[in-house]
Amino acid sequence: MTLTPPSPAQPAAVFEYAPAPESRSIVDIAPSYGLFIDGEFVDGSGEAMKTVNPATEEVLSEVAVGTDADVDRAVKAARRAFTRVWGPMRPADRGKYLFRIARLLQERAREFAVLESLDNGKPIRESRDVDVPLAAAHFFYHAGWADKLEHAGLGPAPRPLGVAGQVIPWNFPLLMLAWKVAPALATGNTVVLKPAETTPLTALLFAEVCRQADLPPGVVNIVTGAGDTGRAVVEHDDVDKVAFTGSTEVGRSIARAVAGTRKKLTLELGGKAANIVFDDAPIDQAVEGIVQGIFFNQGHVCCAGSRLLVQENVHDEVIAALQRRLGTLRVGDPLDKNTDLGAINSAEQLARIRELSDIGEAEGATRWQPSCELPDRGFWFPPTVFTGVSAAHRIARDEVFGPVLSVLTFRTPDEAIAKANNSTYGLSAGIWSEKGSRILAIADKLRAGVVWANTFNQFDPTSPFGGYKQSGYGREGGRHGLAAYLRSEDQ
Amino acid sequence: MIGNERLAVRKTYKLYLGGAFPRSESGRTYEVTDSKGAFLANAAWASRKDARDAVVAARGAFAKWSGATAYNRGQVLYRVAEVMEGRHVQFCEEVAAGEGLSQSKARAAVDAAIDRWVWYAGWTDKLAAVLGSANPVAGPYFDFSLPEPTGVVAVLAPQRSSLLGLVSVLAPVLASGNTAVVVTSKERPLPAVTLGEVLATSDVPGGVVNLLTGDAGELGPWLAEHDDVDAIDLTGAPPARAMEFEREAAGSIKRVLRPPATEPDWSADPGLTRMRAFLETKTVWHPKGF
Repeated sequence: MTLTPPSPAQPAAVFEYAPAPESRSIVDIAPSYGLFIDGEFVDGSGEAMKTVNPATEEVLSEVAVGTDADVDRAVKAARRAFTRVWGPMRPADRGKYLFRIARLLQERAREFAVLESLDNGKPIRESRDVDVPLAAAHFFYHAGWADKLEHAGLGPAPRPLGVAGQVIPWNFPLLMLAWKVAPALATGNTVVLKPAETTPLTALLFAEVCRQADLPPGVVNIVTGAGDTGRAVVEHDDVDKVAFTGSTEVGRSIARAVAGTRKKLTLELGGKAANIVFDDAPIDQAVEGIVQGIFFNQGHVCCAGSRLLVQENVHDEVIAALQRRLGTLRVGDPLDKNTDLGAINSAEQLARIRELSDIGEAEGATRWQPSCELPDRGFWFPPTVFTGVSAAHRIARDEVFGPVLSVLTFRTPDEAIAKANNSTYGLSAGIWSEKGSRILAIADKLRAGVVWANTFNQFDPTSPFGGYKQSGYGREGGRHGLAAYLRSEDQ
Repeated sequence: MIGNERLAVRKTYKLYLGGAFPRSESGRTYEVTDSKGAFLANAAWASRKDARDAVVAARGAFAKWSGATAYNRGQVLYRVAEVMEGRHVQFCEEVAAGEGLSQSKARAAVDAAIDRWVWYAGWTDKLAAVLGSANPVAGPYFDFSLPEPTGVVAVLAPQRSSLLGLVSVLAPVLASGNTAVVVTSKERPLPAVTLGEVLATSDVPGGVVNLLTGDAGELGPWLAEHDDVDAIDLTGAPPARAMEFEREAAGSIKRVLRPPATEPDWSADPGLTRMRAFLETKTVWHPKGF
C-alpha cells in the first residue's frame, strides 16, 4: 500500500485518432413535426417547440406541443383502438405486429442511432450498440409474450387494463419508449406516449415505423410537448394506467395526481447507486466497471454507479488507476465513432451538474478532472471525480445525473452495506470482489432493485428492472414487467 | 357478590408495541361495547406518538425477521396458528360480542382465521420459487430475480371483520417478510389485542407486529406520511379519506394498497395479491467465465 497521493492526470500515450464521424446523411429530419394521433400526423394546438442538437446547439426541427385538447383526442383514439381493434384482436396477431416492429427497428437501426445521437448528444457507439439494438430486443421479446400471457404466473386469464398513458425521459429516448410501448401492446393495451421535451425525434420516427408495420391507427399515439403535456396525459380521466420514468420529484407529483383514481401506476425514478469495490477485486476490471457505471451515457442514467465505495486499503491504487483510465476517455462529437463521452443533453441539465459540482467543492470534497479539450459550442462537462466525499455531502446524496463520481471509503463489509443503503434511493448497486460468498451475502443485504456483481449497467428485456424505496415501484422487463399492464383475476 | 359464584378477573386491553403491552403514552382510553351497546372494556386509544414508536419498533425488527430463513419464518407463523387454536374459545366470545354473531358463526370466523394463518405460514418458503425467475439474458451472465420484503408496512385493518379480516391483512405482510404497524378496527378491537397476546407467546420477535387500538382516521395520515414506513394498506381507512392518505403516501413514494370499494368477503380465496403488494423484486447479475 502506498501513502503517496494519487498522481495527477497523465494523458496516457495513446494512438492519435483521426476523426471518424458517422454520416448523418442517413437521416432525413423534417423542418417540423406534428403529433401522431390515430395513425396520422396532425397539428398540435400549442405553440411549437424547437429541438436542438446539444453538441452544437443547432436547431434540428420544430415539434408540435400537445395541449389538453390534443391529449384528449389521443386518448379517445387509443380508447377506440382498444375497444374495437387491439383488445379483440387474436393475441398471436398482436404478437406479429410487435415482431414486425422489432424487425423494422433492426432494418432502420443506423438511422435511429444517428438520429438519437443528434437529438440526445450521446455517442454513436452507444446509440448504435446499446440503445437501438436493445429497443428492438424489447419488441422482439414482448412479441413472444402476446399469446402466452396465461403462462406468466398472473392467473389463468389476465386482462389488459385499457389505455396506458406513458411519460418517458430524455436519457434513452427510443429505449425508454420500447420499455414502455412493447409490454403495453403485448398485453393488449393501447398507448398514449409523451416523449421528453428535448428528445422527441426518435419517437416521431418510431411513429413512421408503426405506419410501416400497418399497426392499426390509435394503438400507439405520440403526443410531444413538455411538462404540461405530460400532466395532461397522467391526469386524463380515461387513462387506466400511468407509467412514468423520470425524476423522483415528478414521480411524487404523479403519485399524488393518481391517488384516489382507478389508475394503476408504475414509477421508475432516480437513483444514487453505490458501486462497492473490495480489496480482492481485480482492479483493472473494476476500474472499467467504474467507468462504465458512471460515464456511460454521460452519467445521464438513473441507475448510474455515482457513489464509488472503495475499501480503504486499495483506495489510492484504485483512484490512480481510475485517473489513468479517464485520461484516455475521448470527449466530443457524438457522431464520431471513437467518442466515449458525448454532450450533456441540455443547458438546463448542464447548469444542474455545474451547480452540484460546485457545491461538492464548497462542502469540502476534492474535484479532479482530466485535461480534455471541450468543443466551443454545445453543452459539455468533463468526466469528474470527487474524492474525500462524506455521506452527508450533497454529491453523495443527490442525483447529479451527469458524469460526476463521488468517492467514499469503507473498511468492513458491514460498513459498506450501511453506507450503500444510506440513501433515499434504491435503484441499483454494484459489487466488485473475487469472493462468491461475499458477493451473494452483500447482494442479499443491499436495498436495491438491480445488483450488478463484477459488471455494471447491463440491461436485457428478459431481466426485471426497477427500484426499491424512493426509486419507484413496479418492474420493467421479464415476466415481472408484464404485471404492470395486466389485471389478474384476484384484482 | 353474594353466594358462591366466582367474580371474574377482567382483562386490561392494551396496545401491543415492540413486544410489550403498554398503555397509550397519551393516557387515553375509549369505551368498547358489544354489538348491542353493552360495555365490554376500555381499550387503549393509540396516539400519534404511539404510532411513531411502533414504526421505530417495526424498523428495528425488520433486519432479523426479513433475514430469517423462509423455513424459520414459516415455523414461527405456524406456531401462531397453534397458539390461536388454544385461545379458540376466547376468540369466539370476543368475535361474537363485537360483531354480533351467533356462536356458530363466530366459531366459523375464528376457524377460518386460524386456517388462513396456516395457509400463509405455508407460503414463506414458496414465494421465491413462484415469484422469482432465472432470466435468460443475451450474454454470458447468470441473472436471477427474487422477491424481497418491502420493509415496514402500515396496515389499516378492516373495521368490520375483527379477527378474520385482521388476520387476512396481517398474515400476508408477515409471510412475505415485512414487519407491521397495524391500526385495528376501532369499534371491534378486542380480538386484535388477544391476537397480540398470541403473537407475544409464539416466537414472533418483538416489534415484528405492533397492534394499535384506536382510530384509523386519526393515525392514518401520520403513518401515510411517515418517511420510515415503506408501504401502507388502506383497507380500513375511512372511505372518504383514503384518497387523502394515498396523496400523503406519495411524499415518500410508498407502496399503496388501495381499499376495496366495500369491505370484501374475507372467507374468499385470498390469492397472492396481498403478498405481491408488499414485495420488491431484486435482480442480480454476475458474469460467467473461466
